[in-house]
Amino acid sequence: MKFFEKIANIDSRIIYLLLFIVVLIPVAFKLVLPVRVSEPVQAAYDSIEKLPEGSVILFSVDYDASSAPEIQPMLLATLRHAFSKKHKVLLLGQWALGLPFGEIGLNEIAPQFDAKYGMDYVNLGYRPGYRAQMVGMGREIRDFFASDYKGTPVDSIPLMQGIHNYNDIDLLVGLEAGQAGDEWIQFAGARYGLNIIIGATGVIAPDMFHYLQAKQIKGLMGGLQGAAEYETLVKHSGTGIAGMVAQSYAHLLLLGFILIGNVGYFVIRRRKQA
Amino acid sequence: MMQIIGTWIAAGLTLAIFSFLYKDNPFYKFAEHLYVGVSAAYAILYVFYFDVKPLLYEKFLTEQGAEKWILFFPAAFGLIMLARWIPKISWLSRWSIALTVGIAAGLGITGQIQGILLPQIRGTLVPLTSVNNVIMVIGVIATLVYFYFSIAHKGAVKHGARLGMVFIMVAFGASFGYTVMARISLLIGRLHFLVYEWLHLVK
Repeated sequence: MKFFEKIANIDSRIIYLLLFIVVLIPVAFKLVLPVRVSEPVQAAYDSIEKLPEGSVILFSVDYDASSAPEIQPMLLATLRHAFSKKHKVLLLGQWALGLPFGEIGLNEIAPQFDAKYGMDYVNLGYRPGYRAQMVGMGREIRDFFASDYKGTPVDSIPLMQGIHNYNDIDLLVGLEAGQAGDEWIQFAGARYGLNIIIGATGVIAPDMFHYLQAKQIKGLMGGLQGAAEYETLVKHSGTGIAGMVAQSYAHLLLLGFILIGNVGYFVIRRRKQA
Repeated sequence: MMQIIGTWIAAGLTLAIFSFLYKDNPFYKFAEHLYVGVSAAYAILYVFYFDVKPLLYEKFLTEQGAEKWILFFPAAFGLIMLARWIPKISWLSRWSIALTVGIAAGLGITGQIQGILLPQIRGTLVPLTSVNNVIMVIGVIATLVYFYFSIAHKGAVKHGARLGMVFIMVAFGASFGYTVMARISLLIGRLHFLVYEWLHLVK
């Protein structure tokens, strides 16, 4: 009886310790598992792949440090894809604390493809009031973003010549840790017909599938798994692929604990009834 | 040199936050309060430099005619929001709140109808030519029955509602599974940082 009571009430610190070890070993030893690409991620990839060279892609960085481990690999992989296809990149953010991650991503990926600031990509920065901003950008981007991240007037940036509203943007890549993704779909997608792909944290990814089913978005990357799949497609291993073994082992451990806890619970209950 | 110092501070704060898993302690409290304080200060600076400065101050200097003077209205509404701190005139802030709520409600209603309700109804009206489509349509109808409270859940309605509950539970399960994956991903991200960028255990 004592054994089953123990396994039904394992100290949570033991679970944390085992989880820590199970995650640490694959990360430290760089273990890698093959990644199978799912349909939603393939559709997201195809949305960028099929655009003609020089298309304009708007990246919206709507996350911060607390969800960066999941979404930053998506930003890096999609930026890599966009620059490799010689598309033009506009980047902005709906989360004030997240925009530095966008800047880090641009500074890391753009030089690898000889992309020049102002010619091939622009960081527009952050403006508050995202619903009104999303609607207003459908008329004129300059009403909200008259200057870029560094304060340079947008009209003096060569890339921005001729880019005024969603009609001049071919695709939006929304990288979402909150509600901004829904807002982009409602206000830029439904109202102005902007094509959208979404990269979302695991917490909100399930809430995005109905948009995918209703064809309101073209593709979806969900959580670190989605990032790993996109990295596989662009053939560049990053922290997404690196984290998949740890992710798989951690899930097995948690399944084991769920099983053990339930065995303990049911044995105790049966013995009490007997 | 600055990067090394930054990495050590980040690693120290990560370990301080992790220490809460053992039990609450002063290191965790320090890291938590530091995070809240720095985030708030950072957000204030961002709002000033990316909102007040370009959209109000600089626009006032560059715009001409009515476009220039109309900026007084948002500036005034912004200022009277601060009246909440002065009890005698705190009622003034309600005007700003009313304006904000009105705009949010107006945008929200049109956004919900145009962006969610109608496209989702359209997305549900699919030909029943595949198993996925059949399951989806049954799921939508059963879930709607579960949330239909105007008649008693008896007989066929009861069975429909039960089926709806099963679909809801499956959705909750999928959502919880994704949440577990998300939380593990955050741990992976932090351990990746500690192993590769702080300790340099692996190249």
